[in-house]
Amino acid sequence: MDMAVIELSRLQFALTALYHFLFVPLTLGLSFLLVIMESIYVMTGREIWRTITRFWGKLFGINFVLGVATGITMEFQFGMNWSYYSHYVGDIFGAPLAIEGLMAFFLEATFVGLMFFGWDKLSKPAHLFVTFMVALGSNLSALWILVANGWMQHPVGSRFNPETMRMEVNDFMAVLFNPVAQAKFVHTVSAGYVCASVFVLGVSAWYLLRGKWTAIAKRSFTVAAAFGLASSLSVVVLGDESGYALTDNQKMKLAALEAMWHTEPAPAGITVIGFPSVADRTTHFEVKLPWLLGLISTRSLTGEVTGIEELVQKAGVHIVSGLEAYDAVEKLKENRTDMAAREQFERHKSDLGYALLLKRYVEDPRAATPRQIAQAAWDTVPNVPVMFWVFRVMAGLGFFFIAFFAVAFVLATVRRFDSRPFLKTALWVIPLPWVAIEFGWLLAEIGRQPWAIDGVLPTFLGASSLTRTQIWTTIAGFTLLYGALAVIEVRLMLAAIRKGPVDDHDPSPEQGSDDDYAPLPAQ
Amino acid sequence: MAPPIDYEILRLIWWALVGVLLIGFALTDGYDLGTTTLLPFVAKTDAERRMVINSIGPTWEGNQVWFILGGGAIFAAWPFVYAVSFSGFYLAMFIILAALILRPVGFKYRSKRTDPAWRSRWDWALFIGGFVPALVFGVAVGNVLTGIPFRLDGDLRAFYEGSLLGLFHPFSLLAGLLSVAMLVLHGASWLAIKIEHGAVHDRATRFGRIAAIASIVLFALGGLFAWKGGMGFRVEGTIDPHGPSNPHFTQSVLASGAWLDNYARHPWMILAPLLGFLGPVLALIGIGKRKEVLEFGGSSLGTVGIISTVGLSMFPFILPSSIDPGSSLTVWNASSSHVTLFIMLVVTVLLLPIVLISTAWVYKVLFGRVTMEQVGGNPDFY
Repeated sequence: MDMAVIELSRLQFALTALYHFLFVPLTLGLSFLLVIMESIYVMTGREIWRTITRFWGKLFGINFVLGVATGITMEFQFGMNWSYYSHYVGDIFGAPLAIEGLMAFFLEATFVGLMFFGWDKLSKPAHLFVTFMVALGSNLSALWILVANGWMQHPVGSRFNPETMRMEVNDFMAVLFNPVAQAKFVHTVSAGYVCASVFVLGVSAWYLLRGKWTAIAKRSFTVAAAFGLASSLSVVVLGDESGYALTDNQKMKLAALEAMWHTEPAPAGITVIGFPSVADRTTHFEVKLPWLLGLISTRSLTGEVTGIEELVQKAGVHIVSGLEAYDAVEKLKENRTDMAAREQFERHKSDLGYALLLKRYVEDPRAATPRQIAQAAWDTVPNVPVMFWVFRVMAGLGFFFIAFFAVAFVLATVRRFDSRPFLKTALWVIPLPWVAIEFGWLLAEIGRQPWAIDGVLPTFLGASSLTRTQIWTTIAGFTLLYGALAVIEVRLMLAAIRKGPVDDHDPSPEQGSDDDYAPLPAQ
Repeated sequence: MAPPIDYEILRLIWWALVGVLLIGFALTDGYDLGTTTLLPFVAKTDAERRMVINSIGPTWEGNQVWFILGGGAIFAAWPFVYAVSFSGFYLAMFIILAALILRPVGFKYRSKRTDPAWRSRWDWALFIGGFVPALVFGVAVGNVLTGIPFRLDGDLRAFYEGSLLGLFHPFSLLAGLLSVAMLVLHGASWLAIKIEHGAVHDRATRFGRIAAIASIVLFALGGLFAWKGGMGFRVEGTIDPHGPSNPHFTQSVLASGAWLDNYARHPWMILAPLLGFLGPVLALIGIGKRKEVLEFGGSSLGTVGIISTVGLSMFPFILPSSIDPGSSLTVWNASSSHVTLFIMLVVTVLLLPIVLISTAWVYKVLFGRVTMEQVGGNPDFY
């Protein structure tokens, strides 16, 4: 097995996923902001809200196409670069992807054309319905993708079938109502709402600073401030917390991002800052707040948060048990009706994946030395310093957004749209949600290593049998294509913002003066 | 708990359903691919090109979902097929994806600037986004028919011995050209019913006539290849249609001419190739008599016939292996588990009607021909 092929495959997946996810969060949030704005238009009948909706709709459209374009890659990349993964878990993992297409993407894509082209062809409520369907579709899309991703983090409702050499579903409801998936869904869409709110707020702030389109900017500012405050609270409060106590792998992720090398007496303290060192297996210059981690992650004073060393020891036990399962599967390959092997398999099947970790060091895991087993057990620890820092950046930004939107909300409530320091800050804040969101993806996926499917399939076994040249070709191709598209999209976006809300062809929209500013329906 | 529908039946249903999705893709997004392939040739001025683009502008995106859905359904119902085909066709898949990525961007970004050079670049991008996938899809199907050079090891991991250039051989090129001809005919007949009469309409009709004739000729040549071209696979020994999805449990062999076996065994299947010929003939009649609905109906029937012919000729094979026939994937050894097939069927039965109803509603709202005048006056148009 060529490790370079695996690393390149991972690099390509990370590049395309991170790139795709530059556009998705804005789609998730902006679509609902459009629904809110258009609802106000339909309820009040005031032309200015139509102009507002159409303006943000135009920016939505420029962003949306790239989300769609880069999403096509995602759908087929599992088969292209992760062929063995696709075979091994397709029975479970394929279902949410197919349902996503059928339920969500169809809704989104069928109606989005009408959303842009249907202004003259549809009644006001019918057009609002279409906009709502686009928002619903994109958010349902996120739901199914996160059901798939949640299963990778916490593979419930399935078992290995030695006759087909793959994982098969035995409880679809468990896959669907996977607590990790549910938490991830709320966390991710809320992050998208924050992203779109920051975007709308920032662009509005730019108009206010320049004294352009102020009537439209103030109204947009207010909608974004309210929506952003609710969403930023939701991201943090309903955050990614709930799954971390479920399994050893989830515990490992928590221990890694906290750089907690050893189990501490309950309730454990939280490390605010420090310098984790992998070589010494300790965190230098730690600043700790007592109790907090135990309280947050176990919701009790007595719950114990397990440390990395202890989890590694447990992984060693799983590996030894997994070898029994592996042995049984090999016997069953020779003879499908070997009852003794079948029983041996049933006893140890949940640990099969751990034996596969040894394939990195030895062709037949049963021939592994104790040293190799110890090595494989340590492989279950993700990259601690990266996890530690990425988490702190993401979480720090999460708290910052709450404060930011709280200020914006107060300013909007007292109608103080002239605070230049805040408006300037709002401009500089625009890129930050993307940083937080991309870091969130890194945290989730690096935290899952060395597994593709937690405890089931190591990442290095999942790749296709490709050559380095093939993968370099596609990496280069995607980078060039995506790079060019990114430049074009940012330019068009900036041009559309500079041009402002009123299209030349628009039938003289009522501009609204600053005096008649009224964020609520005036009827 | 065993699902209430038999495993064998479910496998057959899912084989047919994926076929329906692929045909759905060819019928809807197929005319988008055909239309953008024709774009630089049937429309000369910017106004003409905008009319052509806007004839598919609001709906191509919904149409493309048939492709995404086809991919998703293959993943969910035929994970082996998904795993082996997309990694086996690695660089070809990349070319298709890159071309398809140009499409949404082309539609949306072309109209954002009035600069003629800018617009011309996007016109060619749209052409690539139509022509290249149409060709490569056909080439891929041609390779599926002759067998793909892959083998499965004991852990059912797939290995390949092919290259990108190896995909292009006489038969696969023929299949690629047939695919282009079929979709260009479909695009031309879409333009016939969807845009106003005039210069562009006339040009589209001319291209439609050529494409229809090419379809008939290439389809006939393809049949000749299948009969005398030394391709075809057969399953030896007993088949267990309820057996576990493991290709090592089936014995398949290369058997020249075997792609015609099914028509002797099940004569009703001849309907598919007949339709493949009849469709383009009807389209030609429609063109001759200026009956545009007949032209579009004919090209649709032809598309259904040609794609069904491929599926039915190969049954029960889905992906035969040319270097190790024993690794070949069939309807009986490459599906998802019984439970997954059943759940996915329930989901499909519940959701597909909603998809069809909403699609029909969107088409109804957009009913009517696109005219140059409309395109000129409406800022919402591309």
